[in-house]
Amino acid sequence: MPANRYNGFTEYGIGIGLRVPHYRHILAKKPVVDWFEIISENFMVDGGRPLEVLDQILEQYRVVQHGVAMYFGSADRLNREHLKKLKRLVKRTNTPWLTDHLCWGSVDGRYTHDLLPMPYTFAAARATADNIREARDFLEVPICVENVSSYAEFHASEMTEWEFLSEVVELADCGILLDVNNIYVSSKNHSFDPYEYLKNVPHHRVGQIHIAGHSKFEKYILDTHDHPVLDPVWKMYAHAIKLLGKTATLLEWDDRIPTFDEVHHEALKANKFVEKQFETAAA
Amino acid sequence: MKRSKPTNLSKNNLKPPRPKKMPVGSRRQLKELQTLMASALFRPLTAEDRMQPCWTDGSSMANLADRFIKPNDRLSAFERLEIYNRVYWFRLLDCLYDDYPGLRAIVGEQKFMELATAYLAKYPSVSFTLRNLGQRLEKFLREQPQWIAPHEELALDMTRFEWAQVVAFDDAALPTITTDDILDTPRSKLRLGLQPYLSLLELRYAVDHFLIAVKKREADVLRGEASNTPDAMPQGAKRKRRPRLPKRERVHLVVHRYDNTLYYKRVEPEAFAILLGIGEGKTVEKACSAALAKSKRPGADWTAQIREWFHDWSALGWFCRSKR
Repeated sequence: MPANRYNGFTEYGIGIGLRVPHYRHILAKKPVVDWFEIISENFMVDGGRPLEVLDQILEQYRVVQHGVAMYFGSADRLNREHLKKLKRLVKRTNTPWLTDHLCWGSVDGRYTHDLLPMPYTFAAARATADNIREARDFLEVPICVENVSSYAEFHASEMTEWEFLSEVVELADCGILLDVNNIYVSSKNHSFDPYEYLKNVPHHRVGQIHIAGHSKFEKYILDTHDHPVLDPVWKMYAHAIKLLGKTATLLEWDDRIPTFDEVHHEALKANKFVEKQFETAAA
Repeated sequence: MKRSKPTNLSKNNLKPPRPKKMPVGSRRQLKELQTLMASALFRPLTAEDRMQPCWTDGSSMANLADRFIKPNDRLSAFERLEIYNRVYWFRLLDCLYDDYPGLRAIVGEQKFMELATAYLAKYPSVSFTLRNLGQRLEKFLREQPQWIAPHEELALDMTRFEWAQVVAFDDAALPTITTDDILDTPRSKLRLGLQPYLSLLELRYAVDHFLIAVKKREADVLRGEASNTPDAMPQGAKRKRRPRLPKRERVHLVVHRYDNTLYYKRVEPEAFAILLGIGEGKTVEKACSAALAKSKRPGADWTAQIREWFHDWSALGWFCRSKR
């Protein structure tokens, strides 16, 4: 949805991920970019070049924090030291909302550094929602949780992924970062209709959208973020915009990263679908 | 008619019992499932980069995966779990591969991957960030030196040096001490602190020069790979060359950053000893006197020399307030 309480009542447009190979270009050329998404953990450090670059970016651009290691779905309670570091960064960036994944990734302080899928049960939804609430209360910033791409399903699951996502965000009263590419990847890996997913998530809670590229293998699709966005994902994005309205959108490109201009150009293709939707609505 | 005794040998009974599916009806059961799956992911891959076919107790890994993961029409539960197992190892090994080019060059690519696997199997990541992945590598190599034989000392020097660079890159910088800050403090009571990002390394090999050569070689190979020119050197020939391993040489190195760029600076043994003393919390006076007492250069003009050192170190921003 456009400005809502899950994205701090902002109306951001098309953004791109801030990545190391582009630092020099961005700082020297200062290209016009609506906003940058940063990976929180890359800047949860005590000093040095990462924070220097971040401060320079913050002088010129709007920044939203995206995390990869909060692991809301871990059965363990959230790591308070992690939260404290994250809060220091939140104060530095003034991010209007903060995102992380609907997944787990650590057990007893040991980290997999992966975004592992959840069993879709009511008990898991309650545990996850508790963690999200705790994080939001501590960080004092709206949180949107992102659906992950997955390659496995659990016997224990009692509902579909979109039902689980809806259950969690209702219990936690938080927002959704709807990753359209992840829905597509998971739909192929688990044989469900991605449009059913789009139709059934609580639209009023969507604060942001992700788009990205993926890689096809013989028996499954892998979420690699190393390609341009593929046509079926653009098609889904267009449908999502139709359902949600103009929503802050970000292109993720994390591997085999091309030039800044190529990434930005790819991201701006999203405008075509947003404008088309506006025209249709106006007519 | 005599009835035969029922046996367990009917066709159906020959099948092993179906493994019990793991329920997730509570946070405790969620933890059990996550603990089991994480344990599976942390197990190293086979030599063919596949998931191990047997679990820790020798039972079938396929049966174990069946307990919690659903198969689909294309992949078994084993194969679906294997995707995550492979991604875990590829990601973490890639990270160590990038962070330790020097150690890699010393032990060789194949042995490096084996030692990195053994390291991660013993010490899985305990940090939210991959930045800290190599934090316990030196400890591991001291415990299991067979991975770095016959270059134990050289490899340990390199491991410490490469970790020091991680620290220098983004560890905290505290406010620097200025001359005004210490003007009124008598020398006998003056204590300074060293910046947290700074590492003092007493090395037995010139790993600094060796690492520069290794990085230059890797950059050349990368440039070659990016080149389409017909006269570019064949890649195989380039990859085979390895910089000559350094000879034994006592080196005192300070790994630090200046203006957020990473540097390593060689210092005199006496200068190193002074910095070490300061880092240990000694007063400046005691650090200097202890360092010079061990000097093998009697008769040097230490007053002028020490003044120059402190001037340089202050300009580099190495001093902060002492914690004592």
